[in-house]
Amino acid sequence: MLTKRIIACMDVRDGQVVKGVQFQELRHAGDPAELARRYNVEGIDEVVVLDITATLESRQALARTINAVAHEIFLPLTVGGGIRSEEDAAAAVEAGADKVSLNTAALRQPDLITTLARRYGSQAVIVAIDAKRRNGGFAVYVRSGTTDASRDAVRWAREAEARGAGEILLTSMDRDGTKSGFDCEMTAAVSGAVDIPVIASGGAGTFDHFTDVFTRGQADAALAASIFHYAESSVSELKRHLQAQGIPVRL
Amino acid sequence: MIALVDYGAGNLTSVRKALTALGSDFLVPSTPEECRRARGLIVPGVGHFEATAALDQPWRDAIGDRVRAGVPLFGICVGMQWLFEGSDEAPDVAGLSVITGRITRLQGNAAQRLKVPHVGWNSLDFTGRGARLLRGLSTGAQVYFTHSYAAPVTPECAASTTHANTFSSVVERDNVFGVQFHPEKSSEAGLRILHNFLEVCGGC
Repeated sequence: MLTKRIIACMDVRDGQVVKGVQFQELRHAGDPAELARRYNVEGIDEVVVLDITATLESRQALARTINAVAHEIFLPLTVGGGIRSEEDAAAAVEAGADKVSLNTAALRQPDLITTLARRYGSQAVIVAIDAKRRNGGFAVYVRSGTTDASRDAVRWAREAEARGAGEILLTSMDRDGTKSGFDCEMTAAVSGAVDIPVIASGGAGTFDHFTDVFTRGQADAALAASIFHYAESSVSELKRHLQAQGIPVRL
Repeated sequence: MIALVDYGAGNLTSVRKALTALGSDFLVPSTPEECRRARGLIVPGVGHFEATAALDQPWRDAIGDRVRAGVPLFGICVGMQWLFEGSDEAPDVAGLSVITGRITRLQGNAAQRLKVPHVGWNSLDFTGRGARLLRGLSTGAQVYFTHSYAAPVTPECAASTTHANTFSSVVERDNVFGVQFHPEKSSEAGLRILHNFLEVCGGC
């Protein structure tokens, strides 16, 4: 039986893991390779590295980070943050990424989804959607959550799938870093609208939040950062909890 | 020495990294002739079956010759699918045909929320046949999959996996091996499988 995936996300700036609340107030959380090693031992299913500055200088630092992380773990590794072109994606893949995550660039130039899916296969292309609740719907934001994209998350997810995306990484901006639980309604709305897997993100605070998002939220995978970074809870404890709740996980 | 066959599909980085971690002596041949010195061959793959068309007649001859000489061959993901006769994903591209059968699309099951592509960790159900690749693992071991097409359960099936459909996730016939999942992405279980293949090759 296909298990529900637990994914650790590392927001990286200047080669260090940082974490904010609702996309702001960043604080340091450690060395990426060291964290990856710990997560691997604890049984994490995948790792995501997001370059949150995504400047030209940070590109080279990012390649070094990807390389260092890729040498620690034999698990699927996704890289995102500022991937704007086929060249950016190629550099990430060359450095050791198995998948790239597109956000702003996918909305600006949706052809990039198709180009990368043709070159690397759909399984290597994740479209990341940052969304907020608004007027009973889910509004998409870009540029690290600073700009309203005037798009609906459910419709954009459908379009991304049609253009060749292999997975959707859906982040609730309302819940990001708040530890108040995933936005299960938003996750279920997107998951029900597409055939590709949906990774829920934003709001993980307790083990029961994961149970909720895998049942009510119909998520295929759940991503979290802070809950794992500061060793508040271990991945293995979380997985044992989920298993006890009848949710299939890899132990 | 192991030949890691690059046919331009996706990247070899993670397979290279895993082989390096296992201490394997490998090279990426630039001509089919370079396969002739190898004590084992690995055909990796991600993406589309169409990409295997890059393995043209000289490559097929070189790899086929090695297989007939008893040199171990290991196909990973699309590389495993290529061991069969062909795939519905690219009907005009012929497989190596060392295993009888055709690759078909997974159906999934909307009511049970079983999506296609099949992405994530799923279990290997051992059939009890030809398990040299699975030495040290137990039935139920979990490995990482990402694919939409899969091989039928044939007499070569050493382990099957179920995602709405039941398909061959490990095949073994004489010295020809294939896995539908990604051992290079499957943590300790995956490294063990790669290690087992290297052992079959005489510990390369």
